Amino acid sequence: MKLYLLTVVEPVGPRPSPEFLAKVMHDVEVFRTEIKAAGAWVFNGALHPPSTATVVRMNDGEAVMTDGPFAEGKEHVGGFMIIKAPDLDAALAWAKKMAKAIPLPIEVRPFRDEAAEVRVALER
Amino acid sequence: MFREEHGRAVAVLVRLFGDIDVAEEAVQDAFTKAVERWPATGLPPSPAGWIITTARNAAIDRLRREGSREDRHAQADLEHAADEPAEEGAVRDDQLRLIFTCCHPSLASAAQVALTLRLVGGLTTPEIARAFLVPEPTMAQRLARAKAKIRDARIPYRVPDASDLHVRLRAVLAVVYLVFNEGYAASSGDRLVREELCAEAIRLGRLLADLMPAEPEVLGLLALMLLVESRRSTRTAPDGGLVLLADQDRNRWDRRLIAEGQAIVRLCLRRNEPGPYQIQAAINAVHSDALDAAATDWRQIVALYDQLLAIAPSPVVALNRAVAVAEVEGPAAALALIDALGLDGYYLFHAIRADLLRRLGRDAEAARAYETALTRTNNMAERDLLRRRREALR
Repeated sequence: MKLYLLTVVEPVGPRPSPEFLAKVMHDVEVFRTEIKAAGAWVFNGALHPPSTATVVRMNDGEAVMTDGPFAEGKEHVGGFMIIKAPDLDAALAWAKKMAKAIPLPIEVRPFRDEAAEVRVALER
Repeated sequence: MFREEHGRAVAVLVRLFGDIDVAEEAVQDAFTKAVERWPATGLPPSPAGWIITTARNAAIDRLRREGSREDRHAQADLEHAADEPAEEGAVRDDQLRLIFTCCHPSLASAAQVALTLRLVGGLTTPEIARAFLVPEPTMAQRLARAKAKIRDARIPYRVPDASDLHVRLRAVLAVVYLVFNEGYAASSGDRLVREELCAEAIRLGRLLADLMPAEPEVLGLLALMLLVESRRSTRTAPDGGLVLLADQDRNRWDRRLIAEGQAIVRLCLRRNEPGPYQIQAAINAVHSDALDAAATDWRQIVALYDQLLAIAPSPVVALNRAVAVAEVEGPAAALALIDALGLDGYYLFHAIRADLLRRLGRDAEAARAYETALTRTNNMAERDLLRRRREALR
C-alpha cells in the first residue's frame, strides 16, 4: 500500500451558486462514504480561501508574518484527501470519482514512503 | 537480434525485480558478457534464454553485493526461480506489461516515446536523442525522470483491465505512430537515423500485432505503416526534394510491403470493426492498387474519408477528404469545402488551396496562397516544393 495526496485544484473566482454547492456537497458525501467503506480513506479537509492565509518565514532568526498566500496564482489548493492505494492506477481510479463529485481538477501525488507517520497510516 | 532480445529480457527482469534500473543494468551486463564469450564459445542453444538467465544472475549478484535485509528475502525467492526456463507465454505477458507501463497516461507523451524506444525497443539513449534532435543529457534526464515517476508514484507493471484496455491501447498505438511519423518527416535530421525510426516503429507494430492479434486497430496501424513505408524510396528525389504521391515512380514501390499491408487490410475488412488506423490503412491500400496516379479509385477514397470523418472528425481529415473530392467532383467543389475549415496555421491547408486555385486558373490567388504556405513551414523539402510550384505559375 502507498499513500497518495489528492489535491483539489480550485480556480480563483466568484463562489458558485448555493444550489451548485449543495449538489457538490451531496456528491462528495456519497464519494466519501464509498471510499471509507473501501478502507482507502485516511483523512480529508476543505480549506478557507487563500485570502485567509498567513505566511511565516524566518528572517535573521526572527519570524516574519505576511498576509496572504505564499504565491498569488490563478489556482490554489481548495481542499485535499489523503488515501491509501496499492498503486497509481488504483489512486487514479479514486481521483476520477472525486473529480466527478467535485467537478474540479484533482492532482494525485505520491507520499515518500520513508516517514514513520506514513508507515503508521498504512498499517492502520 | 540484440534489440529484440533486449526488450524481452528487460520485460522479464522488471517483473522479477520490480525495478527498471536494476533490470536495465543487468541486461546490459548480460549483453556485454555475450559479446565477450559468444565469439569463442559459439551461440548457446537458446541465446534469448541465455541472456535472460545471465541477466537474472547478474541482478542477483548485484543485490547480494549491495544487499539490505529485505533484498535478501527477495534474493532467496529469486535464486529459487533462477533455474526455471523463461516460459514463452510468460515472456509475452511481460512484454505487454512493459509496453503498457512505458505508455502509461500519467507520463507525458515525449516520455512515453523515449521510454518505449529505450526499454521495449532497446535503442540507446544517444540514439534516441539523435532521432529526436535533442541533446543527449536532455534525453537522459527525460528517461531518468520517467523511470523515477514509475517507481515513486508506483505505476503498476500490469496489462490494464478489459474496461480500460481500449483507452490505454490508444496511447500505445499513438506512441508507435508518433515514432513512425518522426521517422517519416522528410529532411530534418540524419536520414539514416530517421529510416531506422520507421523500421523500429514497424518492428514495434509487428510485436503488438503478435501480442494482441485480436485488436483490429493494432493490425490497422501495422498495415498503415507498411503501406506508407512501401513508398519511402520514391518520396524523395535524388536532390533531396519531396516527390508527391501523383508524381512518384510506382514501379519502385516496395511490392512486398504492399502485399503484406493489403493482406492485413483485407483481414480487417472481414472483421468489420473499423477504427481510424484501419480506415487510413484502407485509404493507403487503394492508392497502392493504382498502377498509375490516373487509375486511382478516388470515389472509394472519398467514401473511406466519409467513414473516417464519421468516427474521428477533425479539420485535417476534412482537408484530406477535400483533396479526394477534387479528383471526383473537380477543384471548385473541393475549394468550397476547405474554405470553411479554419486551418489557417497549417501549411498544407494553404498548399492544397493554392493547388486548387491553380487548377481553376486563378493564378494570382494561387501564388498568394503558395506564399502564405511558405510562411507556415520550416521544413526545407516542403519549402522547396512550394517554391517550385509557385515559380511554375509564372
